Amino acid sequence: MEKQTMNHLSVDDVKQMLLYVGETITASKDYLGQIDAEIGDGDHGTGMATGAEAFMKKLRESEFETINDVFKTTGMEMMKSMGGASGIIFGTMFSDGVKQLESKSSIDHTGLADIFRGSLDSVKKRGKADVGDKTMIDALDPAVQTLESDASKEWTLTEVLKHAEEAAWNGVEETKQITAKHGRAKTLGERTKGYQDAGATSVWLIFKSMREWVEQHEG
Amino acid sequence: MKKIMNQEENVMEETLQGFIDAYAADYERVDGVNGVIYRHMDPDKVSVITGGGAGHEPLFVGFAGKGLASGAAMGNVFAAPNPDTILEVTKAVENKAGVLYIYGNYAGDVLNFDMASELAEMEDIETRTVKVSDDVASASKENKEERRGIAGDVFVIKAAGAAADAGLSLDEVTRIAAKANENTHSIGVGISPGTSPGKKAPMFELPDNQIEFGLGIHGEKGIRRAEMMSADDLADEMLDHLLADAALESGDEAVILLNGLGSTTLMELLIVNQKVHKELLAKGITVYDTDVNSYCTTQEMGGFSITILKLDEELKTYYDAPAHSPYYHK
Repeated sequence: MEKQTMNHLSVDDVKQMLLYVGETITASKDYLGQIDAEIGDGDHGTGMATGAEAFMKKLRESEFETINDVFKTTGMEMMKSMGGASGIIFGTMFSDGVKQLESKSSIDHTGLADIFRGSLDSVKKRGKADVGDKTMIDALDPAVQTLESDASKEWTLTEVLKHAEEAAWNGVEETKQITAKHGRAKTLGERTKGYQDAGATSVWLIFKSMREWVEQHEG
Repeated sequence: MKKIMNQEENVMEETLQGFIDAYAADYERVDGVNGVIYRHMDPDKVSVITGGGAGHEPLFVGFAGKGLASGAAMGNVFAAPNPDTILEVTKAVENKAGVLYIYGNYAGDVLNFDMASELAEMEDIETRTVKVSDDVASASKENKEERRGIAGDVFVIKAAGAAADAGLSLDEVTRIAAKANENTHSIGVGISPGTSPGKKAPMFELPDNQIEFGLGIHGEKGIRRAEMMSADDLADEMLDHLLADAALESGDEAVILLNGLGSTTLMELLIVNQKVHKELLAKGITVYDTDVNSYCTTQEMGGFSITILKLDEELKTYYDAPAHSPYYHK
């Protein structure tokens, strides 16, 4: 294993990283549930944990040739298992980013930026939502933008992911200022102000746990 | 809130198993997913599939049956079914003549049914969709397609099931279902919240002396909060909203559904019904049929909805057609 600065992720690295993401989501079930309960129906934590358990099981029992397969499998398992709007949306976030991408067995931070750009575009299209609608896009969009703007920098993966994580968190903070326009929270209108969006919080957790995994596996 | 249940994660599984155990002669479980199908289907006819989150029993499972839906795809409590479940139910019903999906208009249901529809097309199964949008409190009349689906599911499934049973083509069954949806308008009033199984807190806050007009079946915000009022005053205010929106006039014929939300008693519903009838009669509207029941519930939520299906000769034919499930008879 590479003990120095980590600049590339192998197929197995991506698998291990996503397993760590899954464990973080599962451990955050109650936290996400409580956030959702304020303005939604409180099932976001349970839903995300169901999806995480499904993709972790599939990742553990499968062999992968490409990074594309790891991401695609993760997303498909979420879509198949979760239900609700978040099953499709988070499934799309993992599965669709690699769709237009040539098969890869190693990626650097430019590759990650490409993948999550594809994810973001697909999520926006499928969810018919955009920045400012108080959805997970409010965290994913700024995270992807920093990934893209950092792609040309001579940064380590940890630094790049840390920056994306911060951008996602700022997005989560901004959702507190927004009135919901999508999903069940939409019907609560003004009452949703002051509360952060649960889906955006999940996006932040995903970037945070990817950063943590990479950081722990650097020298 | 006390609730008769086992582990939270088994609520859906055990609900479906209980249903199958009770009615195994007429229904079977779809392998590996939270879906059921009605056993006695005609291979030459269109199949209607309904579905949605659990917790609204007897919808949606209880609206599979003769002259109704052929199958139901269920999600977890108050969460849309996943595409895999919908696809497996689609493959399990008779599907050579095509499949019509009918479900309440919620973001999660739309995303999952649309994806299932794409997957079904890949397996050469033709599908159509009618989203039920009867709740007049959830969006303006001009934005009917944005409205939520509540108890009106019953009339749309009834009309589509009857049209399918009559041997109509997929496009015709879809047209009838869409027409039934256009002619179906509902409004609800919530007087107390329900509790999602396994959750400690109620689904939403509503002070003891307060009610909410137009409250959605998951606690979504309605039109206005008010002090608790008499049954007659409730009926008056709800009919004002409904009749204006449904464009019902003297001489029209309609079917009325008074739907309890879970903890509201039949006695309360009947008290409201006498006022509804009195008002409709005074306005010259003929009540062709009345159904006082609790089909679309939200656990122990208190309150009810009034649904009006405006009839024409075509819809009357399909409304009158025989239908049967353990929870619905016509």
